Amino acid sequence: MVLEIKDLYREIVNEHNLYPAHKGEMEKPDMILEGVNPSCGDDIYLQLKLDENGMVTDGMFNGSGCAISQASTDMMLDLIIGKDKDEALKLAEGFMSMVRSTATSEQIEALDEAAALESIAHMPARVKCATLGWKTMQKMLNGEGGKACTEKEE
Amino acid sequence: MNISTVRDDFPIIKNNNVVYFDNAATAQRPVQVLKAVEDFYITTNANPLRGLYAWSVGATDAYENARSRVARFINAADDAEVIFVRNTTEAINLAAYSYGMEKVNAGDEIVISVMEHHSNILPWQMVAKARGAVLKYIEPETDGTITADMIKEAVTDKCAILALGQVSNVLGAANPVKEAAHIAHEHGAMILVDGAQGLPHVKTDVRDMDCDFYAFSGHKLPGPMGIGVLYGKRALLEDMQPFMRGGEMIEYVKRDSATYAELPHKFEAGTVNAADAVGLAAAIDYIDAIGYEAMEAQENAVTAKILDGMRKLPHVHVYGPEDPKRHHGIVTFNIDGCHPHDIASVLDEENIAIRAGHHCAQPLMEYMQEKCAMEFRAAARASVAFYNTEEEAERFVSAVSKVRKWLGFGD
Repeated sequence: MVLEIKDLYREIVNEHNLYPAHKGEMEKPDMILEGVNPSCGDDIYLQLKLDENGMVTDGMFNGSGCAISQASTDMMLDLIIGKDKDEALKLAEGFMSMVRSTATSEQIEALDEAAALESIAHMPARVKCATLGWKTMQKMLNGEGGKACTEKEE
Repeated sequence: MNISTVRDDFPIIKNNNVVYFDNAATAQRPVQVLKAVEDFYITTNANPLRGLYAWSVGATDAYENARSRVARFINAADDAEVIFVRNTTEAINLAAYSYGMEKVNAGDEIVISVMEHHSNILPWQMVAKARGAVLKYIEPETDGTITADMIKEAVTDKCAILALGQVSNVLGAANPVKEAAHIAHEHGAMILVDGAQGLPHVKTDVRDMDCDFYAFSGHKLPGPMGIGVLYGKRALLEDMQPFMRGGEMIEYVKRDSATYAELPHKFEAGTVNAADAVGLAAAIDYIDAIGYEAMEAQENAVTAKILDGMRKLPHVHVYGPEDPKRHHGIVTFNIDGCHPHDIASVLDEENIAIRAGHHCAQPLMEYMQEKCAMEFRAAARASVAFYNTEEEAERFVSAVSKVRKWLGFGD
């Protein structure tokens, strides 16, 4: 379903942006990575805890950015906490396909609440906002160092 | 000026119910400009400056007449002082490469302001680094005011180049460029004025200003995209090396050497953008027919309406000078808790087009974040042109008043 932008904010983005469940600083994260979106000034720090089996046991983010980047990251954490690394990466792949309008219906369904951001595919200027948290997570779980940047092709 | 007749000249405005408030990014073009470009291609298109048959002679005449038109418009002493380039960015790069990289020495100073657009920062960063010079910044007051005294303090005998915007693309404030030219010259420095945001709003006389270089873009005027101008004083231009090398800018070429064409062609390598130069001349004819006074009156009335309305709204912060007349149509603002990109996205759904982000002025955004307590390192910007109306201003203010609600706030 394609949502108009104000409906998208009202139905999903505002809630996660104004009352994020996973925003803040985590004590002793196992992994931490900065993600930036230079053209917007979005700048987040993603922090994850993983157990010995590679399962994401907790995750938080802090930093600042637009409502879409913040909400998308919050929804992502809702989704990946309790999943193992491979599943999280698979979801990220699905999310990236969704915002490029190339995802299968199974991929979209797996994204649960984050699937609401499907409409972002029709707002090219905001795709980078939506993918910031996901791209940071991908880079982190793939064990790459440095900084995740939505404006550089990996 | 009859506003409804003027609006009828702009097809994209006439045919859509969009409040176009992104004029500082690019203006819309009237039919007269579109027609002039089309006529060039329909009646006399050929490669100019080669001139061995009628169409090419016609194309050359059209191109050179456009140059004369620009020269008269900015009161250059000589048509050859008008170099056609793509845009302001290319104009400033031309000056930076062909003048800065040759004439600036180690230990010299290049003075610019924190308020500059990236296109008037990066070329000078490059020159300073390459030549061992020092890049010095003038910091404006928080409303964008730069006084002659601030310039006097920054410009010393070490200054080789002073590069200043005529009007800030973020705060709308105009700089005292005429005084700046005087100060620069007292210290033996050269001054470049970035007129990208100036010329669309301020009648400009380069000889009265006494600047050494003046750069502007056609597409903000409202001429075509892809045509701009670097004005330079003849003696300076003659003493400079070419910027780009290739066709149409030479006298003689041998295997190991070349001599270059006279001004202005020395700086116009390759096939020129004649059609858009003709379009630029048509844009100049258009704004000359309306007159700066009438344009300013309309822009100021619309800007005043926006500022009055926005200043009454809670949670809205407007930047720049107090007086609407000092804004040159530019109203940059933020709303508490709302990222500028979210503001622009929800306004888009109301058919209101504005710019949001860092406005290619990241050093200024950083400065404002600190001095004006900006929540994000970004801002939203509405920018007005003479074809905008007070009704559009009302529509805009009314939409701005609802942004917080749309973004989930209770008030």
